[in-house]
Amino acid sequence: MPQMTDERVRAGMNREEDPSLLHEVSMKTAGVSHLEMCIQCGTCGGSCPVAMDMEHTPRMLFAMLRAGMREEVLRSNTPWLCVSCYHCVVRCPQEVHIADVMYTLKGMAIKAKLYSDSTAPHFSQTFVDMVEAYGRSYEMGLASRHYLRHFPLRLPSMMPMGLGMITKGRMTITPKKIKHLDQLKSILHRAKQLELTS
Amino acid sequence: MSDQKQERVGVYVCHCGTNIAGTVDVVDVANWAAEKLKHQGVIIAREYKFMCSSLGQELIEKDIKELGLTRVVVAACSPHLHEKTFRTAAKNAGLNPYLVELASIREQVSWVHTDKVVATAKSKAVVSGAVSRVIENRALDEIKVPINPNTLIVGGGVAGIQSALEIANAGFHVYLVEREPSIGGHMAQFDKTFPTLDCSACILTPRMVEAGTHPNITLLTWSEVTNVAGYVGNFHVTIKKKARFVNEELCTGCGICQEKCPKKVIDDVYEAGLGYRKTVYTPFAQAVPNFPVMDKENCTYFIKGTCKACEKFCPTNAIDFAQQDQMLNIDVGNIILATGYDLFDARRVSNYGYGRLPNVFTSLEFERLSNAAGPTSGNIVLRDGKTMPKSVGIIHCVGSRDKNFNNYCSTICCMQGLKFAHLVHERTGATVYNFYIDMRTAYKAYDEFYQRVLEEGTLFVRGKVAEVTDAARNDREKGKLIIQCEDTLAGKQRRIPVDMVILSSGLQPRKDAKEVGKLFGISCSMDGWFTEKHPKLDPVATMTEGIYIVGCAQGPKDIPSSVAQGAAASARVLDKILQKEVSLEPIKASINKEACSGCRICNGLCPFNAIAFIADDMVSDINPALCQGCGTCVAACPAGAISGTGFSDAQIMAQIDGLLLKNLEIGNY
Amino acid sequence: MNKYLLYPGCSMDSSAKAYMESLNEILEPLNLHLEEIKDWNCCGATEYLGINLIPAYSLIARNLALAAKQMNPVNGTGGTRTVVAPCSACYLNLAKADYYMQERPTLGAKVNEALAAGGLEYKAGTLDVRHLIDVLVYDVGLDTIRSKVVRPLSGLKVVPYMGCMLPRPDYQHRWSDHEHPTELDDLLRALGADVIDYPLTTECCGGHMTQIGPETAFELIRRLVADADERGAQMMVTVCPMCQMNIDAYQNEANHFFGTNYHMPILFFTQLMGLAFGKEPGDLGIGVELVSARNALANIGVEVPVTQEPAAPRKKDEGLPMPRRWTKHEGRKEAVK
Repeated sequence: MPQMTDERVRAGMNREEDPSLLHEVSMKTAGVSHLEMCIQCGTCGGSCPVAMDMEHTPRMLFAMLRAGMREEVLRSNTPWLCVSCYHCVVRCPQEVHIADVMYTLKGMAIKAKLYSDSTAPHFSQTFVDMVEAYGRSYEMGLASRHYLRHFPLRLPSMMPMGLGMITKGRMTITPKKIKHLDQLKSILHRAKQLELTS
Repeated sequence: MSDQKQERVGVYVCHCGTNIAGTVDVVDVANWAAEKLKHQGVIIAREYKFMCSSLGQELIEKDIKELGLTRVVVAACSPHLHEKTFRTAAKNAGLNPYLVELASIREQVSWVHTDKVVATAKSKAVVSGAVSRVIENRALDEIKVPINPNTLIVGGGVAGIQSALEIANAGFHVYLVEREPSIGGHMAQFDKTFPTLDCSACILTPRMVEAGTHPNITLLTWSEVTNVAGYVGNFHVTIKKKARFVNEELCTGCGICQEKCPKKVIDDVYEAGLGYRKTVYTPFAQAVPNFPVMDKENCTYFIKGTCKACEKFCPTNAIDFAQQDQMLNIDVGNIILATGYDLFDARRVSNYGYGRLPNVFTSLEFERLSNAAGPTSGNIVLRDGKTMPKSVGIIHCVGSRDKNFNNYCSTICCMQGLKFAHLVHERTGATVYNFYIDMRTAYKAYDEFYQRVLEEGTLFVRGKVAEVTDAARNDREKGKLIIQCEDTLAGKQRRIPVDMVILSSGLQPRKDAKEVGKLFGISCSMDGWFTEKHPKLDPVATMTEGIYIVGCAQGPKDIPSSVAQGAAASARVLDKILQKEVSLEPIKASINKEACSGCRICNGLCPFNAIAFIADDMVSDINPALCQGCGTCVAACPAGAISGTGFSDAQIMAQIDGLLLKNLEIGNY
Repeated sequence: MNKYLLYPGCSMDSSAKAYMESLNEILEPLNLHLEEIKDWNCCGATEYLGINLIPAYSLIARNLALAAKQMNPVNGTGGTRTVVAPCSACYLNLAKADYYMQERPTLGAKVNEALAAGGLEYKAGTLDVRHLIDVLVYDVGLDTIRSKVVRPLSGLKVVPYMGCMLPRPDYQHRWSDHEHPTELDDLLRALGADVIDYPLTTECCGGHMTQIGPETAFELIRRLVADADERGAQMMVTVCPMCQMNIDAYQNEANHFFGTNYHMPILFFTQLMGLAFGKEPGDLGIGVELVSARNALANIGVEVPVTQEPAAPRKKDEGLPMPRRWTKHEGRKEAVK
């Protein structure tokens, strides 16, 4: 599937080092990121259970952030593979909020349309759509929409599992809704106008 | 104050190169003082590039003599640095040194401001405060007290031994107190020392023997200091000499009691938990002194009331189950603390598996493992006691440089890791990996040792190890310890299966460092090490006169540095002893007995134990020799009965008025 | 009676309904009262945070705001400031939002600006967010739990699987350790089960990777199941709906992918508590797992007398002694310093 890319990026205009990148990522991260404190020791890359599938270890990504390599960082599959297990976070000797930085990078990549594989961002978006529509997650809706779009070939092998879940009452056909959905919608509507910058 | 004869004040503003002049308009400050503070008696105000230079000092001395100055204000750096310089200059010119005040316009102004206008205005206020204050200063005379030539050294590791020998060899008496049964400290546990690979025992034991037999050294092992009173030159120290249950007069050190003792326990101290000892024991063969001690907690006789095997077999009847702890009181003039370090408890880094995975060892355990006198006679084997490892991983920075544990670099672990790599390579031929964040091999011949270990084929991996696990993912990993880390130079996560893991654990302050510091009246840094008087220029002295710190008690360091500090502190002590008496700052607090209500609030607050309650008079009294003039009691006294010479209320109030420019004549500012 | 506010989370009445059913069964014996937060919404799992930060935290904070209102002694039902979440992901999101709103006051202010649009507010730090097992081990206590055991689980070989989001990042310092916490081990031992030391106890189950990168997820599932099997476990025991879902529902696919044939059931710890308390398997949601626990549970179908776990004999004079195990007690002491 061809990727949507930023025109300027395609023209190679973003090749220059972007000295503001590190600060920008740090500011957009929840909590105090301590990103500038990284000593490149590799505890994160060593701890990561999915490092084998990452294009860059988290440590390399932080070095690239310092080097202002905006496009390369946002194109990296690394943040999308993060499973939020927080092993790196508790082991990091410099208390860098690594997992939260990964969330920030995902958000930035989506905004810049720079991710290289759409599976993960689409899954997140579909999940969020369901939550915004009902106030609760809706596994059946999520699963059917997501698998049809991204894993049509996986469906046959998953049928027994899906059927099992339904017959054992572990997946409901209809979504559950919260009562004050309007209240939630106004909160999220307002929240979307706000950004964490300082 | 205007009724009195007006003082003649000189104000001297220092540029300190650009340190002050870069941020403060020093010419303006001097001119302002000459003009606006004239009514207070300022008859001359000068600025000069370096007031502390001999030319600058001469300038002041000349003015004192020629202009008849009665007060001097030097606006320069903090009094910590040059107060003594300028007071000496005043003394040389015939002015009482306590009539000189320093106004700190560097540490408190130029270094903390960037706006020149603000900084200049603040400097004027600080100078104004100092002028108002100095007028209220009184001439004071130094207090002289005699120095007791005896010295107490606490801690019998290599640093303490060095200190003791230096002083003893100079002909003065030393009490060397050690809490363990033998002197020697951590160094006695090591096999080899980096970078030259000298046998640790071979170079240490001659010193231990010398300390043990020196006529000027009283060795008090199995003893602890329990109380310290007094002040520089005149400390009164109480030492608890714990019962050994062995009569030192009768014991010949033959070792039969240890041999016959039927009970074995794990030796957590000398063998680092890796070996056993008897309950009556000397920790190692070359122990000094060689009298054993009885471990009361574990001794069968003390627990069950029967056994006494040691007593039965002792050929000189030296075993004495009735022995009691003894309290000794000694007087000394100076004290050197050489209390050493604790090894970081590697169990806290649970991802490295120490305490859970048998073949993960700490550095101290490995020292014992590789030591010919250790539990395996120097054979480097796994915890089963027999299998030689084919591959060994050495992990650096365990518990150091890590905000989760200790934030500082323990300085010795890189070299220690290299030494281990060499020993493993030499004795087992195993493949050795060293995992490091940064290789820190500064100092003489250290980097050459790194080169040597590289040459021997040790494999270096740059990356802080993430975890050590026994959860194998494939057959290659089965039955091994897997070291998982990022090889940061290759940019890939690696899992390296090994047979043995050695944790190069960091050093940390003694568990009781805070209490010990309090006992001797010195403070600890944020990390818990004893704080030196000045980190660069006075690293062995403390803020308490007469108390010195050496070796790892002051911070992590290796053997050469510990020995150097041990000797350095001795030089300082000998200097004190040879002066025969010491001048004490006359900046002291005193109690107005009429006003004292006897509430005793001040007694507990004094950090120098200088205040005692006189029960007969129902008032408190301050020992002027002990008082360091900190002012805590002055501020705390609810009756306002305590005042400080050198910081009287009149001085303080005048300084505040001066700072607020209330002293300026109306319309003048 | 111990009273808490309950944030059930979405899976508790769908994929993890066995967790909810078994939880309901053990409340009464343990004298626990859980009051559900009224009209709670999804916490966003690990998905919303990656899309848009302020909405993600606002979504979470709505629950905190509702809970704070509900516990308010004046106009709410009062009585507690503790919110209990049985799901590790929900627990983490709620606890983290509360912590970050304090650590980054700007975040707190923006989230409250959004909440205000719905007529709500939340002052960070008002509530204590805790996981169910934390409350059971530290409030109810192992002694009480032990006293309710009528059918000891001895003979059932289990590996305790804590998962990753529970003991980490642990900003509130609630757990005995980040790597090898002992809470679940201790609890299962109190039930009489044969607890196997499981070094992977806090490794990740794959999380949402089963949905977006199945091959990555299958490898994580394989590691966990293979090691549990290797160590002789009859089942894994979990505290988290996501872990249960991944290990249970995707085990078959992972087997297929690697050509392996593991059969490693995984149950919620509350199901085992219910069994030990003498409840009927049917009432505890046992049987709805896809990798059946029937054979494993046959081991406790028969009455087996409780046997003391023998201390590992130390061979005299052979080998070198081991250091003492690091205990929670020591850990806490160290942390206080």
